Amino acid sequence: MRNEKDHIFDNPRNVKRVLHALYGCCVFLFVLDFVIHRHIYHSWENLWGFYAIYGFVGCVVLVLVAKWIRKFIMRPEDYYNGEGRAEFEDNAEEELSTKDKVTIGDHDVDA
Amino acid sequence: MWMLELPPFVPFYIGALIALMSRGMLRAAIMLAIPVLSAIHLWMVPEGVYLQFAFLDYQLIPYRVDKLSLLFAYVFHIAAFIGVVYSLHVRDTVQQVAAMLYAGSGIGAVFAGDLLTLFVFWEMLAVTSVFLIWARGTRRSYVAGMRYLIIQVLSGVILLIGTLFYGAENGTLEFGYIGLEGISGWLIFLAFGIKCAFPVLHSWLTDAYPEGTPTGTVFLSAFTTKVAVYSLARGYPGTELLVYIGATMACFPIFMAVVENDLRRVLAYSLINQVGFMVVGIGIGTALAINGAVAHAFNDVIFKGLLFMSMGAVLHMTGRINGSELGGLYKTMPKTTILCIVGAASISAFPLFSGFVSKSMVMTAALENDYGWIWLALLFASAGVFHHAGIKIPYFAFFAHDSGIRTSDPPTNMLIAMSIAAVLCIAIGVYPSALYSLLPYDTGYNPYDATHVLAQTQLLFFSALAFVWLNLRGLYPPELPSTHLDVDWFYRRVFPAAARGVFSVIWSVDSRIRQAIWLKLDSFLGHLALRGEGPSNLLSRTRPLGSMVMWVAVLLASYLLLSFIG
Repeated sequence: MRNEKDHIFDNPRNVKRVLHALYGCCVFLFVLDFVIHRHIYHSWENLWGFYAIYGFVGCVVLVLVAKWIRKFIMRPEDYYNGEGRAEFEDNAEEELSTKDKVTIGDHDVDA
Repeated sequence: MWMLELPPFVPFYIGALIALMSRGMLRAAIMLAIPVLSAIHLWMVPEGVYLQFAFLDYQLIPYRVDKLSLLFAYVFHIAAFIGVVYSLHVRDTVQQVAAMLYAGSGIGAVFAGDLLTLFVFWEMLAVTSVFLIWARGTRRSYVAGMRYLIIQVLSGVILLIGTLFYGAENGTLEFGYIGLEGISGWLIFLAFGIKCAFPVLHSWLTDAYPEGTPTGTVFLSAFTTKVAVYSLARGYPGTELLVYIGATMACFPIFMAVVENDLRRVLAYSLINQVGFMVVGIGIGTALAINGAVAHAFNDVIFKGLLFMSMGAVLHMTGRINGSELGGLYKTMPKTTILCIVGAASISAFPLFSGFVSKSMVMTAALENDYGWIWLALLFASAGVFHHAGIKIPYFAFFAHDSGIRTSDPPTNMLIAMSIAAVLCIAIGVYPSALYSLLPYDTGYNPYDATHVLAQTQLLFFSALAFVWLNLRGLYPPELPSTHLDVDWFYRRVFPAAARGVFSVIWSVDSRIRQAIWLKLDSFLGHLALRGEGPSNLLSRTRPLGSMVMWVAVLLASYLLLSFIG
């Protein structure tokens, strides 16, 4: 079955390399903050590594809040499915049955 | 050879007409030629008013050219050309004609010198674009398109009412600075706000755009909202309210985008987020801020188009667009992956990509004008947009877990269209002066100083670090097959349910009243029938035929008498 060639991220070591490169860049950029003199417009910018901390904390808060919001707004995938059934009474049935049969490389999507 | 007075929407409308009557290669050639020829024409048109006439008591200006309208017209031509190349494989007359008319309407709107002309193109945008949604041919797209059309037309109606008030208040319909004075100012503001996807008024966008065809959504993403941004930039620059509206627009969609499963809906949310930056720029209203807003609109058309094209390619090739069903596509769609990453880097405003050179103008303007909190909100939104559009889109579509889907890169025309957009993204990022020279004001702004580059790079890399950390810790919300409620829930669920409740009460009361009346009527008739029983009754008496003849004779005789008197 698996006679296709291995792709670059099939090898976990390559994923590790990418991550290490990212960590390296982050450390480098953080250190640059101490080397390069920035123009300061906003008092918070005086903080060492302000942008780095803000970016990291901002994103973590973003994701955690979004996860929390999900509790209230998430519904099953077919939540709105009953809509407009009257207009499409005839092919409603048909559409459901073809949905299960979507094949890979199906070009029907833009009819 | 070229008539100076020819408004640029005319070639597009004529092109649509020819496309309607031609087919195959000829149609493709015409659709490719129209944006190119029209752009060459436009390049030679100097600023000024080229067409005006009196209508009733008002002076109408259907064709007025200045730097602001030219900038939008240029990018609309680019978007139209890229969109046409991207959809060359499509053999669907409705979509192709609708796309041409839609692009022409967008271009017509930005050259409208008066509010009535703007209204006409405003409605044309709505009516032509809905076919790009309906062309998908599913029940979902049909109802989504219907909702889209109703809201868009409503926006146009509000604009028309506002225009009538404006005409009555000011005695002119010329489209210049409007401001939030008087009822007309607020009405027109509301109309622009609906098309601009202000918070709470935004749900038409995230509802309908992901239901369009793979090629149709590329067109949709370019025109409607940018026409609204243009209109705000002309009518309401420096309106402080816009700063707060824009900051909200930049921030709230990123939460929705993080959890949304449909990747084109994620892009729709990030479209609102990017328009938020533009709206803030317009609200600040200084030369630098306005420049930033319109430059960002210019760039957004291209990089958002690129992202929608890459996701359209995924949908076209795999038939799927949900993050939960995709993954590992980099193995079989390597070119699409790279092009998508260019778009992602541009929207995330990486230095040397187009988003950076325009977004930083708005950010700088916010700082210079003492909008500290707004600046922090925009900074948060910048990190957030990288998170959901910059990382999430490419990651869940092309990397993440291998979904097992094996396909190939999309048709060549799609790849060419994406490549054009990608080259433009990088070219504008590397050489922003070309774009800056087209902007309405000359501010001498330079995005590439150490402060900006370092700050933005730190922000982005640490956002990426946050993504990696959350993923490794298993804290990142997984892509789940799901629907997420948004404002459209109110008119898709709450309102119909409430209406059903109200109507069921009305119907039950109504049926009870009818029943009571029937009962009364029934008993009354029964009463009559009871009284009518027996031969002595008035109703059941029999009369001889002769008496009837006599009475007719009496009647005729009295007619005769009356005619003598008369």
